Amino acid sequence: MKRSLPVSLMVFGALFVSACGDSRMHSQAVYMLVDTSGSYAKQVNKAARVVNYLLATLNPGDSLAVAKVETRSFTEKDIVAKVTFDKRPSQSIEQKRAFKVKIDSFAKDVHGSAYTDITGALIQGAEYLNETRAGNKTIVIFSDMQEELNKGTVRDFPIDLKGIRIVALNVSKLGTDNADPRLYLDRLARWEARVRKAGATDWVVVNDLENNMDSILNSR
Amino acid sequence: MIDRHSWLFWPDNAALSVLALAILAMLFLYAARKPMHGVIHSVCNLVTQSTRFISKWLFLSAENLRLRNQSVLLAHSQESAAAMIDREFERVGNILRKDMQEFPALQRKLMEEVTRIEEDYRRCGEVPPPPPEWVGALESVSQLKSGGDIPRKLLEDINKSIQKIHDKTVAEYRRSYEERHKILKGMQPVWRSVDKLMVEMDKKMLTLHSNAKQIDDDMTKFAGMRAKDSKTEHALTVSAFVQLAISSLVMVIAMGGAFINYKLIALPMSEMVGASDYITNSLRTSDVAALVIILMEASMGLFLLESLRITQLFPKIASMDDRMRRRLMLASLIFLVILAGIESSLALMRDMLVADKSSLMRDLASAAPPVTDNWMSNIPMAGQMIMGFVLPFALAFVAIPLESVVHSLRTVIGVVLVQTMRGAGFVLRFTGVVFRRFARVLESAYDILIVIPLMVERWVLALRDSSTAKGQSKLGSAS
Repeated sequence: MKRSLPVSLMVFGALFVSACGDSRMHSQAVYMLVDTSGSYAKQVNKAARVVNYLLATLNPGDSLAVAKVETRSFTEKDIVAKVTFDKRPSQSIEQKRAFKVKIDSFAKDVHGSAYTDITGALIQGAEYLNETRAGNKTIVIFSDMQEELNKGTVRDFPIDLKGIRIVALNVSKLGTDNADPRLYLDRLARWEARVRKAGATDWVVVNDLENNMDSILNSR
Repeated sequence: MIDRHSWLFWPDNAALSVLALAILAMLFLYAARKPMHGVIHSVCNLVTQSTRFISKWLFLSAENLRLRNQSVLLAHSQESAAAMIDREFERVGNILRKDMQEFPALQRKLMEEVTRIEEDYRRCGEVPPPPPEWVGALESVSQLKSGGDIPRKLLEDINKSIQKIHDKTVAEYRRSYEERHKILKGMQPVWRSVDKLMVEMDKKMLTLHSNAKQIDDDMTKFAGMRAKDSKTEHALTVSAFVQLAISSLVMVIAMGGAFINYKLIALPMSEMVGASDYITNSLRTSDVAALVIILMEASMGLFLLESLRITQLFPKIASMDDRMRRRLMLASLIFLVILAGIESSLALMRDMLVADKSSLMRDLASAAPPVTDNWMSNIPMAGQMIMGFVLPFALAFVAIPLESVVHSLRTVIGVVLVQTMRGAGFVLRFTGVVFRRFARVLESAYDILIVIPLMVERWVLALRDSSTAKGQSKLGSAS
């Protein structure tokens, strides 16, 4: 009896420490890309609504970053705002308020870019998400998925998106898509193949932002 | 691929092949008849014997278990009954002590009242009116020889004085009656007081009588327990089942309370231990912390009731000296109050967090803040705080049904186990009987398969018997 007490205490302690050690594994990290190229920049208010949804849904301990997709997007400079919410709910609510202010100001004076470097933004997003060591990693792409690279930008190499879920939001149809829908479908199929080849766990397209916002995040 | 006709001797003639096989099989089975009968007999015998043995063991174990349960049940019930009788005696003793103390005063009061009544009664005795004084004067007048004015005047004077005396006497008589009525009226409260005293005494006697009856009943039960009476045992077992059902119901209600309590403090606990820490895949640390607080409250309640000697789950606490026990009681109470205070503040924090989150949601949805009435909006907060403070104390009383469950569960499990063992024993015994008979059925079934060789055997034997009989008869006739 005298021996069993310390042994059981040690076992319980070890179990407790091992169980509590991986708290990040239960957290969620979201990296949202907002396309600011050409006419798509006008839809930034819609993107702000999506950010608001994410702010309302994410829990203490989760991470969120919003970045714009520009001519060359493999840079931290394109990150508009990023935060890892505090473990305490009261602090995380304050952080969410501050985040919202930043996003609102970004939405007010957004400038359209000439090109759209989605691949560069994806690599940057994957880098950020891997640093967070979150259990669920999601890249949300608010774009028409039409990549346009300027001269000298190299992106035709395999990328690594292992363990990351990709969600394409509001993939609007271009004028040419209307004429030949195969272009739109091919574009989506190409992206799906590319991200799946890169090791993404899932590929989801959400166009109905009014009713299908729940599909953005993995339910826990 | 295996040909499905490969087992046939003559694939072209299946019927002949089957017949040949059947004859071969029959011959083989006939040859193996005795050993096969032996095997069937042995296997069935083995099953019968083993099931019989196990069934016997089960019945024996069930009986042992029943006796053990009985002794535990009776011991526990004797303890409870002794405690109840003790308490009943104490109550009677208290009543008697109190009444005996009051009795001299009561007796004195009664005696005083009786004396007063006697005195009043004596005073009420009717006093006859005094004999009229004029009777003598009338006699003197009647003896006068001659008439005239003198007797007439005398008579007139006498008449006057008689009238006067009559009036006076009547007045005196009335006054005396009035006084007696007054005395009688004054006796009324005394009578009432005596009556009240008598009713009081009657009531006390009635209480004593009911207590004595209760003691009698308890003593009868106790005697039944001492005598290990089966009727008493049955009654106690049924009582244990009822106790378990009632206690379980109360425990379920208490669990509902604990769940509400948990919901009240789980969210604010995340503010203390963090909302994103998990112990397992789905178990948050904050949830566990809230659960621990609730369990601590229940434990403190248990210790409090234990030190108050309401429950007796821990013999160590029950056997503590009064000073230590009082200290433990005080400590448990203080802890319970502290925990209730913590819970109340957590409930307040919960309300604040919920309000903060709602405000953020409104901001995110760009909605206008709701119009709130000051005191009306504070009602849920006050309700939560009160619930947070009260629920731990309510939860403390869970120790009483818990004790009941612990005690009655042993009896119930014991009874269920005994019945299960008896049931299993019966089933095994029945199986044994079936197998004993089944051996013969199997032997007969086996013999049906080899009926033709058996018929041949019987025919041969009969032939042999008849030839032997003929030989013997020839030998007999020759001799």
